[in-house]
Amino acid sequence: MAMKVVRWLVLGALGAFFLLPLVAMAEFSTRGVDGGRSLDSWTSILSDPDLVDAILVSVQLAVTSSLVVLALLVPTMTWIRLRLPGLRRLVEFLCLLPITIPAIVLVVGLAPVYAWVDYFVGDSPLTLTFAYAVLVLPFAYRAIDAGLSSIDLKTLAEAARGLGASWGAVLLRVVVPNIRTALIGASLLSVALVLGEFTLASLLNFDTLQVRVNLLGKRNAGVSIAVSLLSLLFAFALLFLLSFVGRRRGTVAEEG
Amino acid sequence: MVAPVTTPAGSGTRAAPGRGPAAKPWLAWLVVVPFLAYVGVFLVYPTVLVLAGAFQDADGGFTAANLVALGEGVYLQAFLRSVELSALTALLGAVLGALLCWAVSAGGPDGLLRRVVVAGSGVLAQFGGVPLAFAFLATVGFQGFVTRFLNEWLGIDLFARGAWLFELPGLTLVYTFFQIPLMLIVFLPALDGLRPQWREAVDGLGGSTWSYWRHVGGPILLPAFLGALLLLFANAFSAYATAAALVSQGSPIVPLQIRGALTGEVLLGTENLGKALGLGMVVVVAVAMGLYALLQRRFARWQ
Repeated sequence: MAMKVVRWLVLGALGAFFLLPLVAMAEFSTRGVDGGRSLDSWTSILSDPDLVDAILVSVQLAVTSSLVVLALLVPTMTWIRLRLPGLRRLVEFLCLLPITIPAIVLVVGLAPVYAWVDYFVGDSPLTLTFAYAVLVLPFAYRAIDAGLSSIDLKTLAEAARGLGASWGAVLLRVVVPNIRTALIGASLLSVALVLGEFTLASLLNFDTLQVRVNLLGKRNAGVSIAVSLLSLLFAFALLFLLSFVGRRRGTVAEEG
Repeated sequence: MVAPVTTPAGSGTRAAPGRGPAAKPWLAWLVVVPFLAYVGVFLVYPTVLVLAGAFQDADGGFTAANLVALGEGVYLQAFLRSVELSALTALLGAVLGALLCWAVSAGGPDGLLRRVVVAGSGVLAQFGGVPLAFAFLATVGFQGFVTRFLNEWLGIDLFARGAWLFELPGLTLVYTFFQIPLMLIVFLPALDGLRPQWREAVDGLGGSTWSYWRHVGGPILLPAFLGALLLLFANAFSAYATAAALVSQGSPIVPLQIRGALTGEVLLGTENLGKALGLGMVVVVAVAMGLYALLQRRFARWQ
């Protein structure tokens, strides 16, 4: 009984600590000029073309980065499990390396690389995809690795090959459908990470959502706070969705 | 036609005897080339550039001057402050986060409370960054919600002792806001790993709640707790976005020193100082993560 009280005290105290800033953001972003309430900060989100552009750039980056990281990892990881198990340690090491290299350090080395990217591909903010795919590597790797572990890849691939399927068909029509929940999980996580990314974008001088929010905050804190609250809630919705995807995969693993 | 067609039972890299195409193992390697090339250009090359650059002078010659500079003046101070900030917030985050884990894990694994807490923690731990800085500006900034409330109703001036929010104490407060959630994410699975049977066994032998945690739960969770502590330390040490958005003047911690180096706040002839700072950060984070991996392996025994 006493434990129950302590438990709710802990939940209440920490809950208040975490909810207070959210309430404060809602309060701050609805302040009017003369002490009243107003939605000006919220409505001006859409009337700022630079901000809208930045949001669109971030959304596109989220999509391209998830696609690139999946396109890189799924064939490679499948192939390694089937034919080159000796490479597994190396690939795992490379995929988890970004955890040990802080983004603020990586960007120092990426700056010269982006001089070349600029020269060959152009200076579109979408070129950030290259760096973002690296940034989300560890998370995507773990999700896909869990997905591939939960299926009998060898048997499936052998059966498909035995029936005359090409390797491309094995990949797209056997492997991908079987690990689709893992792929959805990896994509949702990548989307959330890319939408929140600031370090690389700001120091490589690209105008993404977070860079624009930070810039706006210098002259109009209300709008920045409104967008911040909005992006936090959006990320929450994404991860809440992810918790259901994760559970479905969990039950499948238990059955297997 | 990338891959050789062998017998379907081609297990591993060993080629079936007598079948021509499988005798060319380099064909199998071709599939991993795009991945290796990509990671090579956008991850390995930049990393090597930083690590090697730390030992080079402006003309590319070998020098230890950059690293020597790390041990002096503002750079040494920045490192010490970064370590202090990371250690303090890791400890706060680990203790409070473990408490939160305990409070949450008592509910069902599929309960709504747990789902909401885990998703919310994911947002704050991994997405945070700039929005967190603005969350705190809205709360305890000069015109923040709490600042105003305290001032109007209780006559307390939060900023009587200076602009603490934009200095180390402020960073500590904001960092706990993503450290506690990260602790929840990494420590909750460990807590779930405690089997109810162990608790029942202690109860059956006449042990109290205290003796359960003292002799069973505590010792089993200790490696996981210490590992999480290291992970939190590394996380705070490498964090940049929140600090960058909050602190626009001065560079109290290492990531902000690197920003200074990148945006040209350095003296001539110290162009590679940013890389030396980067090397220093990588070393600290690598040590923490290496110890973390060791502890993980030790804890895995119980899972």
